Amino acid sequence: MTAYVVRRLLWLPVLLVIVIFITFVLGTYGPGDPVEVRLGTKANPEAVARLRTQMGLDRPFVVQFADYVGGVVRGDFGDSYRYQGRTVLELILPRMWVSAQLNLAALLLVVAIGIPLGMAAARFQGRWLDPAIVTGIVFISSLPVLITGPLFLLVFVVLLKLVPSAGWGGLFDTRIIIPAVAIAVPGLALIVRVMRTSTLEVLSQDYVRTAYAKGLTPGIISRRHVARNAFLPVLTMLGFSVAGLIGGTIIGETIFGIPGIGRLAFESIFNRDYPVIMGITIIGAATFVLANLLIDVAYTFLDPRIRY
Amino acid sequence: MVEPVQNPAEVARRRPAQGHWSRAWHRLLGKKVALASLVVIIGIYTSGIFAPLIAPYDYSTQDLTQTRRGPSLEHPFGTDRLGRDLLSRVIYGLRTTVIVSVASVVSGALFMGVALGLVSGYFGKRVDSLIMRTGEVSAAFPEILLLILLAATMRPRILDFVRGIEDSFGFRGLVQTGIVDYFVIALAVAAFSWFGMARLVRGQVLSLRSAEFVDAARALGAPTSRILFSHLLPNISGLIIVVITLGLGGAAGSEFILSFLGIGVQPPVPSLGAMVAEGFGIGNLSLLRQYPHLILFPIGVIFLLLFAFNLLGDALADVFNPKTR
Repeated sequence: MTAYVVRRLLWLPVLLVIVIFITFVLGTYGPGDPVEVRLGTKANPEAVARLRTQMGLDRPFVVQFADYVGGVVRGDFGDSYRYQGRTVLELILPRMWVSAQLNLAALLLVVAIGIPLGMAAARFQGRWLDPAIVTGIVFISSLPVLITGPLFLLVFVVLLKLVPSAGWGGLFDTRIIIPAVAIAVPGLALIVRVMRTSTLEVLSQDYVRTAYAKGLTPGIISRRHVARNAFLPVLTMLGFSVAGLIGGTIIGETIFGIPGIGRLAFESIFNRDYPVIMGITIIGAATFVLANLLIDVAYTFLDPRIRY
Repeated sequence: MVEPVQNPAEVARRRPAQGHWSRAWHRLLGKKVALASLVVIIGIYTSGIFAPLIAPYDYSTQDLTQTRRGPSLEHPFGTDRLGRDLLSRVIYGLRTTVIVSVASVVSGALFMGVALGLVSGYFGKRVDSLIMRTGEVSAAFPEILLLILLAATMRPRILDFVRGIEDSFGFRGLVQTGIVDYFVIALAVAAFSWFGMARLVRGQVLSLRSAEFVDAARALGAPTSRILFSHLLPNISGLIIVVITLGLGGAAGSEFILSFLGIGVQPPVPSLGAMVAEGFGIGNLSLLRQYPHLILFPIGVIFLLLFAFNLLGDALADVFNPKTR
């Protein structure tokens, strides 16, 4: 197992450098000549030449890329095009904290509601309610944040006036509830579905029958034998949930006016602020890759049957 | 006297035709939910493809005396901020959805995904690791971030390139009608979606590669292409159909998001995502309070499409699953 973890850890920096490379090439040269992007096509040649030297674009490509990677490692993603004199990191850091809180709330909702719901759904297999539950899961999975967001905003904020208005007040403010639910809903479907399937599988195992045979109460069997074993496949899915949440946050924050990293991404697309888009992409990808690595490693600790 | 049987082929022909596909089709017909979803999808796709014939008005005709009207007999979905008929715009928006999702799924998942998955699983070794590592890199980006990065950075460059071609050859229309936009988004979605399919196909091929019928084919001297396409592919076609169905829904959702973020198809060409962004008036709740129909209709239609695709995909997975047969 140590060998497996070491192998994954060695592959990690390679993967991240490739991710940075793709982001760097697309972000710097994708839109066209970076100097032209900033100054327009009709700028005077002197200014163009000055900016080119200032941005270091007259150096060989390899040097530029190495410089960028070195910067990223130190947390320096360059300066924003739009906000003069502010570094990308300065813009991203405070917003990352906001997004982390929103994501945490959504993830907690997904786990706290999805797992019991999945187990309950498994209990109904073969009964009259079963098709309704399965259809319900498909229904929820057809509701991306771009549908739940505007809809919840319309119903709960505008029509029912349950919360004052859209906006942000931190993790313990009532205004976080509706965005968190809107972001959690699409992820919920995945977790309920996987939890239902894996619970069904565990319920048919011999050790569950043994547990019943030796007279354990259904409550203890469900907690000790079923829930723990059925949770393992869900853990893998949580990695995908993290990716979904990152995506969901971009839409959710834009819709609900939350000053997080997703909203920054949205604004940066409009402002053509490529260094910021690059920074967000790299941080998002790194978070996703690390989350998956942690989950895979946690898996081996939680399930002693797994040996890599 | 009973007529003696002359040859086995004759016998096979006399048996009622119950091939793999017709059995699957009959099982699907037995599911009411699947049929209903199929009807919804066909309905939505037809109205998208034949938008100019079906839409009651042109998508860009403005009537500034009738802006943001609610639903009426004349305009069943109401009108938008420029007095354009919302129903017609939704129908033309569906055309965008259909073009982008079909183009990206066919090029990404169906062609690239299946081909690379077959090659990767069958040949193994270096080819396999090269394809799988490349896929892992694309899967390292959360989907939306990669889509944003590709669409936001490639779009201006490709637009300039096509404008240059238009100028030098003296014709117009490619950029204006949004064909270039379709191309960019389809490309971005395809770049992300091939890997999921490739990984699944590879897994299936790995388990079938050493099956007896493959060994038999190889022993009879069948060329590799024949083994891949005539022996392996038919065995995984069920799975491919399920993934394609779900993928079409997923691509429709991705296009919806990209055009909402403003990096999809550009105005005046309508798209459902851009309509939501416009009707929503980001940061301005009064618009939502007064004219909810501006977002409810586009959202309702896209939901119907996604729901139908997911239900159909679910039913197909059931139909093709050998365990439930």
